[in-house]
Amino acid sequence: MNLPITGEALRWLAIPFGILFGVLLHRGGVATYNVIVNQFRLKDFTVLKIMFTAVIVGGIGVLALHQTGHASYHIKPANMLGVSLGAALFGIGMVLYGYCPGTGIAAIATGSLHALVGFLGMLAGGVLYALSFVWIEAHLQNVAALGKLRLPDITGIPDWGWMGILVAIAAVIFWLLERPRAIATEGAR
Amino acid sequence: MNPPNDIPARSKPLWNPYVVGAGLGVLSWLVFALVNQPLGVSTSLSAASGACAVPLLGSEGVSTNAYWMKTPFKWDYGMLFLVGTFLGSLLSTLASRSFRLEKVPSVWAEYFGPSVAKRMAVAFVGGILTMYGARMAGGCTSGHGISGSLQLAVSSWTFFLTMFVAGVSTATLLFRHRKTSHA
Repeated sequence: MNLPITGEALRWLAIPFGILFGVLLHRGGVATYNVIVNQFRLKDFTVLKIMFTAVIVGGIGVLALHQTGHASYHIKPANMLGVSLGAALFGIGMVLYGYCPGTGIAAIATGSLHALVGFLGMLAGGVLYALSFVWIEAHLQNVAALGKLRLPDITGIPDWGWMGILVAIAAVIFWLLERPRAIATEGAR
Repeated sequence: MNPPNDIPARSKPLWNPYVVGAGLGVLSWLVFALVNQPLGVSTSLSAASGACAVPLLGSEGVSTNAYWMKTPFKWDYGMLFLVGTFLGSLLSTLASRSFRLEKVPSVWAEYFGPSVAKRMAVAFVGGILTMYGARMAGGCTSGHGISGSLQLAVSSWTFFLTMFVAGVSTATLLFRHRKTSHA
């Protein structure tokens, strides 16, 4: 596909896009430790609401762009052992840190000093991964490596079918969360 | 009973989470269509860790490392996106006058007390695990959770669900006994 914007201009678009990302994270409340941790304690569903809405709105648009030749996919390989193990470590780490990489950066800007300390931890984690990279690649990332698979590939359900399924799941979850006296509105203590 | 989110920074400037989610969705359209990049954070962050590791491992140690050869530090789109994220949050924080130095968040203090050293130590360890896990999985909440899931990637939905289950289990184990008396 031909990009409408190329070269240096393309690179610098990262700044306005990043600013929009940072504003949305802050205004969404997810640059806040309590909000992230209370999601995992199932007491505040802000994170899930934001992420699921982003996936559906983003997914429908990107699918339409892809089908009309205006966007390419960037699918990460399904190295099932590495992805599962990494995701489990990530989930544990995110509860201890109280942020993920993006919201951690956003939280530093709000004055969170422990977000800054955890950011240094993330840099250290990056160093540790780089030092163990060769071993991990050789022993872990090749286990159950299924390639750049998408859900339509393995289920036979077409793209728009999957979007319909996601919308239906989201509708049920959001309805449950937004009912009067739903779990999300009970005390978050 | 206290209101659900009892800290000042959260009470004033917030937008509806569905609107914020839709905004992130529209941002992903723009990123896919205009710059042909996935939305992500942890790849560039691990590249930045290479630059930070130079005093530790020496420039040779970093430049010959297989991971950093594949993911070198440079001021590319992904790295500038991180700068933008910081700036965006800063602008939004200043505009809403919600800048506030926080050492120990209230939910943490309720369970683990007011010790700053304790909170900082756990935040540091949590940061290590978060980043190590993100690199092993090939992405984080942005790259897998949002950008990958919206493309219906098998890897990303595996990440999303596994991360969520691991997080809920960890939080359930961790937040069992309140330290302070009930407010």
